Amino acid sequence: MSQSQQTQNLTLVQAVRDGLYTEMQADDRVVVMGEDVGKNGGVFRATEGLWDEFGDDRVIDTPLAESGIAGTAIGMATMGMRPVAEMQFSGFMYPAFDQIVSHAARLRNRSRGRFTCPLVVRAPYGGGIRAPEHHSESKEAFYTHESGLKVVIPSTPYDTKGLLISAIRDPDPVIFLEPKLIYRAFRGDVPEGDYEIPIGEASVRREGTDISVYTYGAMTRPTLDAAENLDEEGISVEVVDLRTVSPMDKETVVESFKKTGRAAVVHEAPKTAGLGAEITATIQEEALLYQEAPVERIAGYDVPYPLYALEDYYLPSVARVEEGIRDAVEF
Amino acid sequence: MSVLQRDPQDMLRVLDEDGEPVGEVPDLSDDELVTMYREMYLARHFDTRAVSLQRQGRMGTYPPLSGQEGAQIGSAFALDEEDWMFPSYREHGAALHRGLPLKRTLLYWMGHEKGNQIPDHVNMFPVAVPIATQILHATGAAWAKKLQDKNEAVICYFGDGGTSEGDFHEGLNFAGVFDTPNVFFCNNNQWAISVPRERQTASATIAQKAVAYGFEGVQVDGMDPLAVYAATRAAVEKAKNPGEGERRPTLIEAVQYRFGAHTTADDPTVYRDSDEVEQWKKKDPIPRLERFLRDTGRLDDEKVDAIHAEVEDQVATAIKEAEAEPRPEPEEMFNNVFAEMTPEIRAQADEFAELYEKHGDEGFLRE
Repeated sequence: MSQSQQTQNLTLVQAVRDGLYTEMQADDRVVVMGEDVGKNGGVFRATEGLWDEFGDDRVIDTPLAESGIAGTAIGMATMGMRPVAEMQFSGFMYPAFDQIVSHAARLRNRSRGRFTCPLVVRAPYGGGIRAPEHHSESKEAFYTHESGLKVVIPSTPYDTKGLLISAIRDPDPVIFLEPKLIYRAFRGDVPEGDYEIPIGEASVRREGTDISVYTYGAMTRPTLDAAENLDEEGISVEVVDLRTVSPMDKETVVESFKKTGRAAVVHEAPKTAGLGAEITATIQEEALLYQEAPVERIAGYDVPYPLYALEDYYLPSVARVEEGIRDAVEF
Repeated sequence: MSVLQRDPQDMLRVLDEDGEPVGEVPDLSDDELVTMYREMYLARHFDTRAVSLQRQGRMGTYPPLSGQEGAQIGSAFALDEEDWMFPSYREHGAALHRGLPLKRTLLYWMGHEKGNQIPDHVNMFPVAVPIATQILHATGAAWAKKLQDKNEAVICYFGDGGTSEGDFHEGLNFAGVFDTPNVFFCNNNQWAISVPRERQTASATIAQKAVAYGFEGVQVDGMDPLAVYAATRAAVEKAKNPGEGERRPTLIEAVQYRFGAHTTADDPTVYRDSDEVEQWKKKDPIPRLERFLRDTGRLDDEKVDAIHAEVEDQVATAIKEAEAEPRPEPEEMFNNVFAEMTPEIRAQADEFAELYEKHGDEGFLRE
């Protein structure tokens, strides 16, 4: 951590902004680009004031074209810049998918290290804000499945800033998914100045002895709420916030499981081939002999994310998380 | 000579800002002209009410159309019954003319899937929220019509921002190559959320982009419903019955202005001056057409008052009906994923039903 130890009390989206501001001040190779990131300060205000501070050449309103944003950001990154591209919603990121998976993810490998892609693609993801169609999906598994991409999903303001700074400094492309449901849900202490939270390290949010529950992003809060409720019933729940879904911190995942012997995974992304499957497989591979119950997957359903009248039934609720944990504990 | 055969920088106008004819008034009956006015007023009134519903928490995020009624109703009017419409997400007025009940539009923005279910007799696609993606569908649909020897045209709406997406290029390029019966209708409302038209393209006009695809592009005053009608009608006719050497597709750039926010989640005062908004309000399509219809004896105070009262009733009734619509059953989310439910989805639906039975709404609804 740098000399400044002052802290500010920020929301998660303010921590995004603070992370961008900090890195832009420290490193003039860093540019922010995307739709409405300039004068408007981003549709969620994640880049508020940056355009006034750094001007048109470093905070760039682009034409409305996600493939254009990602593809030109790749070109910039190869030429010594550090672009941070914003996708307005993760649901609008798919035109950029080809650029991200066919090029950003593979450039180092296919050029045998001659070209690299130190690029961050930021996008708000997830449901629960009564948003219109295509604004609520949680598709981190797409990017996790792609070799050559790191995928980060913070759940606190403190982690958000530290992880974003790490992502910008990372020599490889990072998909930085921001849980918009909790953009403004609470505040947390965030140091001024720069600090890093290492990519690839999970955080044990709550210690417990009966079961390990793995989660990340916006689902961390209902999971912690469920853990508190179950504590009153005498069930001791450990909550592990992955923070980085790729590369996953297997060591922390397995260590926690060896302690409890039971597990549940909570994510709002659809169940099939979601992160829950990867975590379950990891437990099978690394700690089978410790296992006392099937791993519960508490996830979004395998259906298109519904329009908002039904979204609360789709998203894992506290009651649903509790039920899943109970099933694993009582097996 | 067709109104389409003009320099893409020479904007087509029929009425000036005061409703005075400055071009050839299209051949529409008195009834049709009055209906056009009525539907534009209906779209405006609906829009005002919808924004207010959102403000009161009775509806989710909503994209207003105010200022764009002339382009929407004028173009929809030019379609024949059998033609097809592919909207973006702001064409509530055009959809209404096409036959989509207001209640459906309300339900969609109130978060009900039923709002996306277009009645069978309405030749229209559900809204497309991702930008410009519908352009390719419209090209494919028109291509199918041509391959099936059906003489039907397909209109597709998108915004100025949408022309920056790759899908815009691909959709128009295919249309040119395969000579499909398409009308590509760009609602250039000057702003893609906060980004001005000049930042989308260095071209002088959007209409001129058609030249590169090998078909006609025409720029029209999008706040002049009669000019919009004239251009769209000519484009629809050409799509279905091209003359010797003519290509079927047309790109129409309707120059207009979004008076309000991009959506109710947007605050336009952050990025544009109120002076600019005021300047464009002078071109408001509704008083413009009203003046023309009054000047030509087709409307008077009595008729205007009657139309307004009738429209206000119609919108109030639609709102009442939409709000009376029961919340969909949660199990509905598992339906219509596939023609036949897969075993995994069936298992998840059963698991959900069990939980719902046990916990009821309290187990799911957040505050």
